[in-house]
Amino acid sequence: MNRSAMQWLFEPPSIRDMAPGTKLIVYAILTFWTAFVLFPIYWVLITSFKSAIDVNSGPVYLPFVDFQPSLHAWKELFVFDFWDTLSAYMNSLIIALSATAASVIIGSMASYALARFEYQPRFGVVFMFVLVMIGAFVAVGRYGVDWRISCAVGVAVFYFLARALGRHFKARLSNGDILFWMISQRILAPIVVVVPIYMMFQQVSLLDTHIAIILTYTVINLPIVIWLMYDFFTSIPIDLEECAQLDGATRFGVFWDIVLPLSRSGLAATTLLVMILSWNEYLLALFLSTSRAQTMPILVAAMNAGERGILWWSMSVVIIVMIIPVVILAIILQRYISKGLLLGAVKG
Amino acid sequence: MRPGTPRAAPSIGARERLSDWIDRHSAQVFIWPAVIMILVFSIFPLVASLIMALSRIRFRGGTYNVRFVWFQNFEKQLFGSEQFHFLGTFNGFGLLGWAVGLAVTVLIAWLAISYLRGPVTAVGLVGRLFTWGLSLGLSWLFAATLFSGHSFGTLGTTLFYVFVGCGLQFVIGLALAFLCSLPIRGRTFFRVVFFIPLMITPIGVGYAFRMMADTTKGPFSPVWQWAGLGDFAWAADAWAARFFIVIGDSWQWIPFIFVVMLAALESVPRDYVEAAQVDGATSWEIFKDITWPQVVPVAATVLLIRVIEAFKIVDLPNIMTAGGPGIATESMTLHALFAWRSLDLGQSAAVAYLLLFVTVVTCVSFFNLVVLRRVRA
Repeated sequence: MNRSAMQWLFEPPSIRDMAPGTKLIVYAILTFWTAFVLFPIYWVLITSFKSAIDVNSGPVYLPFVDFQPSLHAWKELFVFDFWDTLSAYMNSLIIALSATAASVIIGSMASYALARFEYQPRFGVVFMFVLVMIGAFVAVGRYGVDWRISCAVGVAVFYFLARALGRHFKARLSNGDILFWMISQRILAPIVVVVPIYMMFQQVSLLDTHIAIILTYTVINLPIVIWLMYDFFTSIPIDLEECAQLDGATRFGVFWDIVLPLSRSGLAATTLLVMILSWNEYLLALFLSTSRAQTMPILVAAMNAGERGILWWSMSVVIIVMIIPVVILAIILQRYISKGLLLGAVKG
Repeated sequence: MRPGTPRAAPSIGARERLSDWIDRHSAQVFIWPAVIMILVFSIFPLVASLIMALSRIRFRGGTYNVRFVWFQNFEKQLFGSEQFHFLGTFNGFGLLGWAVGLAVTVLIAWLAISYLRGPVTAVGLVGRLFTWGLSLGLSWLFAATLFSGHSFGTLGTTLFYVFVGCGLQFVIGLALAFLCSLPIRGRTFFRVVFFIPLMITPIGVGYAFRMMADTTKGPFSPVWQWAGLGDFAWAADAWAARFFIVIGDSWQWIPFIFVVMLAALESVPRDYVEAAQVDGATSWEIFKDITWPQVVPVAATVLLIRVIEAFKIVDLPNIMTAGGPGIATESMTLHALFAWRSLDLGQSAAVAYLLLFVTVVTCVSFFNLVVLRRVRA
């Protein structure tokens, strides 16, 4: 290849435009990646229309050409097992939506508070609280004290100790410390906390209920909300809020009418992320639900059970119908997402 | 009683007093819900599972008894009969093992000396001691297992998923974001398509990739037959199975890095780039000197988020290989889950605590040494 051909291929003709050769390479890579992303999804989709023989006798690729698509898996799930499927679907929907709403609201309130108010808890008081609580747990765990009595006594002892000795501690924590503490909760692997959480809900007989799973998902997603929203709230000019307060708005009114609308791109991105995480969560749901509160990921995993081996076709149907709510939410929120994820992540 | 008589007045007054009270105490009202929830769901479970990790719990016909055994559970995992499962098999060092171990030791010693020459603070020193200690321990672990030709346990497997997986995802995600930030047609299409895998449930991803990799019934089986690998089973080969899980995990999580990095790349002012182009800089120089410094804080943060999540990997190995062949693809979470299934709560909690320790030291080191430095710079 001579020099001028190389130049034509790889030298950009102008700013904002690319050379044909570069363009070709870029499109080739992007097309390859599109295929890589879409092919597994395509395969799941056609598997949901295959019969057992089509799946087990070797690969067939094109509906109507290679094999005759049938709706048997869809029928099985939506006609014969209609109530089971519907109940799992509704469970998942209720749990994911409530947990998302709760963690976005509570999390943005907390991160707004950390961005606007100044907190100075005394280090000694916090330390005392941890010590008293550990004492209470040990009393329950080792000496079989009733947990209600132990907690009540613990809180009372802490209250009086804090009143009596709190003044003498000088070292104070700052907002940054509280923020770091809250965000660092995300590092906690669910497997560390899941058995105690199981026991906790067993004590208050809330196992296998929506409320238990909603509470747990809310808490595990709080750190993400606080992390992403904190920078949004610090970037909003404080003058606006002060004006509104001079006009007689309450703190909550300011938060609801001014701060939240101004940070909606962040809220949208955070909501979508939290929704995806709680919609797809598997490990905690596995521990906390057995039948009544069973969620969709558990239902998918259950397709592996039984002597018939993996029911590939039914499982594909479940995977396909599981994408729908997330896609709807993503379409509703998509205008805000890229901007939203960015700002929250800039300062960490 | 007619409506509007004085009976109604106190309730309005009470409501007003309540909203007044809330307004005056808004600093407390805003933060306490989150604090209480995190306290209940983190402090109590952490203490309770520490107590479990330090005891032996036996189930006998409906009831269970708890015996406090101090560090026996940890001892069993680190030095005792479960060592092969958690750390790996040790059987002397190979040549490569010695070389790798010594190289890392020298590197860390050099880092330590150069830090100690500068200004030293107490907190910084303690934190760095943890970082150095853990990285030294882990690299000798790999030197003694992987590089000396022995198999490693669930700790090594988890670290493999975290470092190889996140590295791969970051590089590919960044590259795709860079390509999509170029002036090409159909950017919206690619952006939407590349985002899709994130929305699919991890369990589904596991099953889908199990179908993909099936050499007899999967879509690529003609290729395998043609290559003469028709009866080669992915799930029976340790390294193939591990890579295959990393591929599934990457397929799902590259979109996350892609979306965030694309937004970051697009927020770099066009003027800078065009000015450099006019001055005749090559695209590599533009990326290295102009674009990359602008996006590096976002890159560090998104990588940190990804690393935190990657340590928790459980659904993919559980679905795709159930931890097999043997223990080759078992992550630490899965290890703890299996221990829990066999009703060995003490061991399960001990493994979970070891995972917590490794995760905390790694993530906090990464945060302090990479993210904060990048953000401040």
